[in-house]
Amino acid sequence: MTQADVIIVGGGLMGTASAFFLRQRGLSVILLERDLVGSHASGTNFGNVRRQGRFLPQLPLANRSRAIWGDLPGIIGEDSEFLPSGHLRIAFREEDEARLVAHAAAAREWGLDLDLITGNALRDRFPYLSPSARMASHSPLDGHANPRLAAPAFARAARRAGAVLHEGAAVLGIVKSAEDFVVETAIGAFRAPLLQISAGAWGGRIAAAFGEPVPITPAAPQMGVTEPMPYRIAPVMGIATTVKEEGVYLRQVKRGNIVFGGGARSEASLDTRRARLDPLNTLAQLPHLARLLPPIRALSIIRTWSGVEGYMADDIPVMGPSGKVTGLFYAFGFCGHGFQLGPGVGATMAELIATGHAGIPIEPFHISRFAQGPPG
Amino acid sequence: MTGLLHRVAEADRPPIRLSVDGREITALAGDTLLTALLVAGARLRDSEFGDGTRAGFCLMGACQDCWVWTEAGARLRACSTPAEPGMRILTGAAPWP
Amino acid sequence: MAVTGDGVIVVGAGPAGIRAAERLVAAGIRPTVVEESARDGGQIYRRQPEGFRRPPEALYGADSAKARALHEAAQALHPRVDWRPGTLVWAIRDGTLLVNRAGQHEALPFRHLILATGATDRIMPLPGWTLPGVTSLGGAQIALKAQGCVIGREPVFLGTGPLLYLVAWQYLKAGVAVRGVLDTSAFAKRVLAAPWLAARPGLLARGLAYTAALRRAGVRIATNITPLEVEGEDRVAALRWRDAAGVEHRAACDGIGMGYGLRPETQLADLAGCAFAFDGGARLWLPVTDGDGRSSVPCVYLAGDGAQIRGADAAELAGRLAACAALRDSGRAVDELEMATLRRRLAGMTRFRRGLERAFPYPAHLAADLPDETLVCRCEAITAGALRQAGGEYGAAEVNRAKAFSRTGMGRCQGRMCGPAAAEVLAAARGIPMAQAGRLRGAAPVKPLPLATEAAP
Ligand SMILES: Cc1cc2nc3c(=O)[nH]c(=O)nc-3n(C[C@H](O)[C@H](O)[C@H](O)COP(=O)(O)OP(=O)(O)OC[C@H]3O[C@@H](n4cnc5c(N)ncnc54)[C@H](O)[C@@H]3O)c2cc1C
Ligand SMILES: Cc1cc2nc3c(=O)[nH]c(=O)nc-3n(C[C@H](O)[C@H](O)[C@H](O)COP(=O)(O)OP(=O)(O)OC[C@H]3O[C@@H](n4cnc5c(N)ncnc54)[C@H](O)[C@@H]3O)c2cc1C
Repeated sequence: MTQADVIIVGGGLMGTASAFFLRQRGLSVILLERDLVGSHASGTNFGNVRRQGRFLPQLPLANRSRAIWGDLPGIIGEDSEFLPSGHLRIAFREEDEARLVAHAAAAREWGLDLDLITGNALRDRFPYLSPSARMASHSPLDGHANPRLAAPAFARAARRAGAVLHEGAAVLGIVKSAEDFVVETAIGAFRAPLLQISAGAWGGRIAAAFGEPVPITPAAPQMGVTEPMPYRIAPVMGIATTVKEEGVYLRQVKRGNIVFGGGARSEASLDTRRARLDPLNTLAQLPHLARLLPPIRALSIIRTWSGVEGYMADDIPVMGPSGKVTGLFYAFGFCGHGFQLGPGVGATMAELIATGHAGIPIEPFHISRFAQGPPG
Repeated sequence: MTGLLHRVAEADRPPIRLSVDGREITALAGDTLLTALLVAGARLRDSEFGDGTRAGFCLMGACQDCWVWTEAGARLRACSTPAEPGMRILTGAAPWP
Repeated sequence: MAVTGDGVIVVGAGPAGIRAAERLVAAGIRPTVVEESARDGGQIYRRQPEGFRRPPEALYGADSAKARALHEAAQALHPRVDWRPGTLVWAIRDGTLLVNRAGQHEALPFRHLILATGATDRIMPLPGWTLPGVTSLGGAQIALKAQGCVIGREPVFLGTGPLLYLVAWQYLKAGVAVRGVLDTSAFAKRVLAAPWLAARPGLLARGLAYTAALRRAGVRIATNITPLEVEGEDRVAALRWRDAAGVEHRAACDGIGMGYGLRPETQLADLAGCAFAFDGGARLWLPVTDGDGRSSVPCVYLAGDGAQIRGADAAELAGRLAACAALRDSGRAVDELEMATLRRRLAGMTRFRRGLERAFPYPAHLAADLPDETLVCRCEAITAGALRQAGGEYGAAEVNRAKAFSRTGMGRCQGRMCGPAAAEVLAAARGIPMAQAGRLRGAAPVKPLPLATEAAP
């Protein structure tokens, strides 16, 4: 099959989830992935399924996504190790505490309930936390999942539902003829009247080729994992701070390892498609991890890694229809927080492409926000 | 129970005493922690994944199968750590939250 | 940050690293030598701890003169190099080694880097191999050499390669009742490999002498065997195996030493960005070097078993040759005759190595028949079945993808133990050549890094 209703460029979580939900809506789909599905940001990320702390207008999308995460076995037949174990943002300073309070009040309006826990209650509930923690903002229904599994699981489900997925199919050029987009790839040409660009950090290059340049920078968040320990630390947790270096986070997987990340990022290259972790960043994470969870100091790190992620200048993604080309849709540049959103992005893009309506407000993410020149 | 390792040479070194899971053992100065524990017993730890007892494998710091806890909550790789008098080692439940 | 010690760093103080450092010192350079162990010597000439009294003859047998010479050379180097024992290189970044010594971190910039990181046992899993009492062959030897202990009073040795017979013989000499030497290679292979093995008649003769001594002592030696299972509750009780005629046996034993040759320790070469190529003879991915030890990365040199398994004598020569190459590349005069002589002597050893690969091939064929419930990755307790599922149902076409899906090779040892075997299991399950199954990519830290690590004062 070289022709379909929709062609999707990019097989990360955005592309594979979109392919799956487009099939649910009855459209035929061809997905073109240059490497392997889920092998870039979607397969290398931290695995946080976190809503709190987001840009508030993103919560409808995050809420929609959270509902899908909770029902993955029913929807795609496997759970990708999603664990709704709760999520803690922890403040060590008065001003960070104040920001947690303000965020909790504002998030409530967007349908996200957060508990603010302090003092003895904090230590009773989470005895392993640092005694110097002042306040935790607890999001009880957030959690984490296994990033290595999620996108391939959506890809398999999409295939079972009849989508055509090609790996090793680098998109080399796209032209729009009268009705169709003709997509040239390493394995031949494909055509469709509708086209979705979900090429992650590489999305900006394709948008630019359609005359819609955007300010996007690739960067590499720094990940690591400890040896396995008995499973005791249920919630995902991170330091709530405005100081970049302090912003570390961690989660214990049920098998026992503690995955962590945060702090300074290293460089990522769109051309080599590699993100090399800087081991000095790992060392810089250590004191902050020990502050967040003092018992972790006894453990050893057994592996580090990174991945290529696309960051927009305003820290929110590009999502929605093109401002210039009919039939063209974008979902890329998820700024280090797209894993949680992935299933919701898939459902929303499918609804948008199939019906013309996104079902939830996504206007803040429209690419035309950059048409008047990048924001100051 | 007899240990996994048996001394066949160099047995005239000065004795040292350690504690393993609360039990006193005697080892010899110059033993690695792995030697001390496995002359006296047949385990170093349990696999985290429920597949049974482990007692090291490579003895050269490569396989990482011989990490044990001290009672004070430190982690030691038994095959490359010299046994010291007074060490208090745990091979079972970890001092972990 | 200032480059110290003339900017030349040698990693590993085994035969290769010591001879490399010695050659650099002879040229007037003061290299930094970083070694994870507390003492120099490396694997084969591993030193026993202070206070042990066996003479080199008892420890190193026929190699005692070489051991003594190497230890003396190392001792003489200590004041002439920046000697850093007990120090692990755990990462490499932009011309800098990141090292950790007892929880203290330091960054060591280099201009020239010689990696002489050695090798460890190469493993083929079998059901029960994680039971207490099963060690690697190298481990069985270290227990004896470095600690004066044996892994059992009635042990069995399983695997293939010269080390199998050497260790069994060393145990015999230590007064142990060896209950069997079980070799997966057919004896006929040794005959066919004779023309290559003849490149080093002395070593060949020595190997034959060990076998003869074991036979004289009544030790059962079986070749072309198939290992089936290690039996035992909380410790080894027996090994089940099948002989060449298809008859099953059960050898009661209280210890098992197992190993199928060696695999080079290549993580640092990987982190340095060196290119790798599949070596069909060894069935391993090895870092690419020119004959003199230059890797694909300028100013990074590889020597000894860490580059290519050729044994201790070759490691000494390769270390010296790599140092010569580094000296020459940095603009110093090196006598061509010296390098040509080293190359010529190494050539014979390479030929011998090819003979060993033919005589004692890694038993890749066993991977296909490993029962699904066999643990392949002992760190994360991942079974052959889970690995096959990653390659089958989940479509992983090479080991890194299979690792992502199944966690094989993701544990504390970073795939040192299971990596080559996991690639064989995957290749067999998918019906693809081993070369296509790929190799696990290295990642920092190459060995566990304590979170409590702090900057050195
Ligand atoms: C290390 C790291 C940690 C992170 N942690 C979190 C977290 O904890 N929580 C969270 O919510 N988010 C996190 N993120 C962000 C999240 O992973 C991403 O936002 C999300 O996965 C983006 O998905 P994607 O499908 O847009 O991109 P990707 O997964 O990168 O997929 C894009 C795909 O497009 C393909 N492609 C590109 N160009 C072409 C072309 N020309 N032809 C064909 N195919 C092409 C690429 O090969 C790639 O597979 C993290 C990201 C990283 C890197
Ligand atoms: C158990 C065992 C027994 C052997 N017996 C024989 C034998 O009888 N005959 C024979 O010819 N060969 C034998 N070999 C092969 C033997 O390894 C080599 O012949 C010889 O020791 C190779 O010398 P080398 O210098 O290349 O490596 P090695 O002697 O292994 O030295 C490498 C050194 O590098 C250090 N190192 C590695 N990585 C790091 C790091 N990241 N940071 C700091 N330091 C590091 C190691 O601690 C080690 O000391 C044996 C190998 C093993 C494993």
